[in-house]
Amino acid sequence: MSTVLIYSFAGIALVCIGLLGLLASSHVLRKILAVNVMGSGVFMMLIALAARAQPPDPVPHAMVLTGIVVAVSASALALALLRRMRREEGSALLPEDRRE
Amino acid sequence: MPTSLPAFDALLALLLVWLAGRLLVTRDLFKAVVLFMVFGLMLALAWVRLAAPDVALAEAAIGAGLTGALLLDTVFRLRGEAEPPPPRPSAGLIACAMLAAALGAMLVWSMLALPDDWFGLTREVAAAMPDSGVTNPVTAALLNFRGYDTLLEIAVLLLAVLGVWTLNAEPPPAVPAAGPVLEALLRILLPLLVVAAGYLLWAGAHAPGGAFQGAALLAAGGVLLHLARPFSFGTGWPVRLALTAGFAVFLIVALLLVLVGGGFLAYPPKHAGTWILAIEAAAMLSIALILVALFVGSARHTDRGRADAGAHDPPA
Repeated sequence: MSTVLIYSFAGIALVCIGLLGLLASSHVLRKILAVNVMGSGVFMMLIALAARAQPPDPVPHAMVLTGIVVAVSASALALALLRRMRREEGSALLPEDRRE
Repeated sequence: MPTSLPAFDALLALLLVWLAGRLLVTRDLFKAVVLFMVFGLMLALAWVRLAAPDVALAEAAIGAGLTGALLLDTVFRLRGEAEPPPPRPSAGLIACAMLAAALGAMLVWSMLALPDDWFGLTREVAAAMPDSGVTNPVTAALLNFRGYDTLLEIAVLLLAVLGVWTLNAEPPPAVPAAGPVLEALLRILLPLLVVAAGYLLWAGAHAPGGAFQGAALLAAGGVLLHLARPFSFGTGWPVRLALTAGFAVFLIVALLLVLVGGGFLAYPPKHAGTWILAIEAAAMLSIALILVALFVGSARHTDRGRADAGAHDPPA
């Protein structure tokens, strides 16, 4: 199996694992981790597809570079929201997941 | 493409998938975050294997380093609440798993359905390279061919800072014991990081590197400095100007180019290299400051946080 195929399938697996983690976990921090895993899977599919050409296609590289920086800022915002929610409501779980 | 090492690639791909699975099911959130940082580093290795050194540089500094620091900081502040046990296999969970599996099957199908002679935009980029003003195709795509994207991306970063400032979320930062090791390390590391960032900015024109990678290094230095000697830049005008300088320079250059008749972000081929370097220099400093601001937050909450830290600490 070629390098491109190996990493393409790994990317797909990461997207699926991330999606399942996002839907199934109840702690918001873990949901943020899951979204990041999902994003990494998308990045991996893009970079693997770019590597089909010789030399690799630079446009997906540029898009993923942009994506990494946007992902960290989105995560920072999500974490700030999470901390605010925890300060206001005393829980890091979404309301429907809280049990007394 | 680097040398063919199928066994190594297969092992790395399996490791990545395993790490992702572990970090989502492990009970301990601290452990999950540490696994996520390992995942980021392994991802950087995968980018090197896929001949994407520009992406690898950014991933190692941002994906593993900075995101990890942000997550660890939050884990530390959230201590005291136990995570509920993972859901038992229920109808809902099985539906979620089937949804994820269906998505995976669709992606596999679309990946296999691509024609063998599909090479993306490689040829178009190669044809346009002589007019781009740089010789690193990734920098050409970022700052020239798709400059619009990068301009708007910097705007997105500014929005995130506004959000973090508005949420005003932190309790007072826990002052870590700034031991002699961290201080001594910083004395050597900070000048090195600044030099390396400058080098990456300059090298980005012809080799892996550029504004984002340089900014990531500078931001890492800023975060380390904050850990050793907590600071806050507040929300005053000088800070706002510095945060927006990258976006402003980018936009002004774009509008100037419209005025001289080139079109929005259409550089004249002869001077494209100079314009790109000017934009990148401003963008690097602003992005670095933005990333540090995302970590440090604003000054207001520090004062307010101190005042009502006791009132808002949830019962452990």
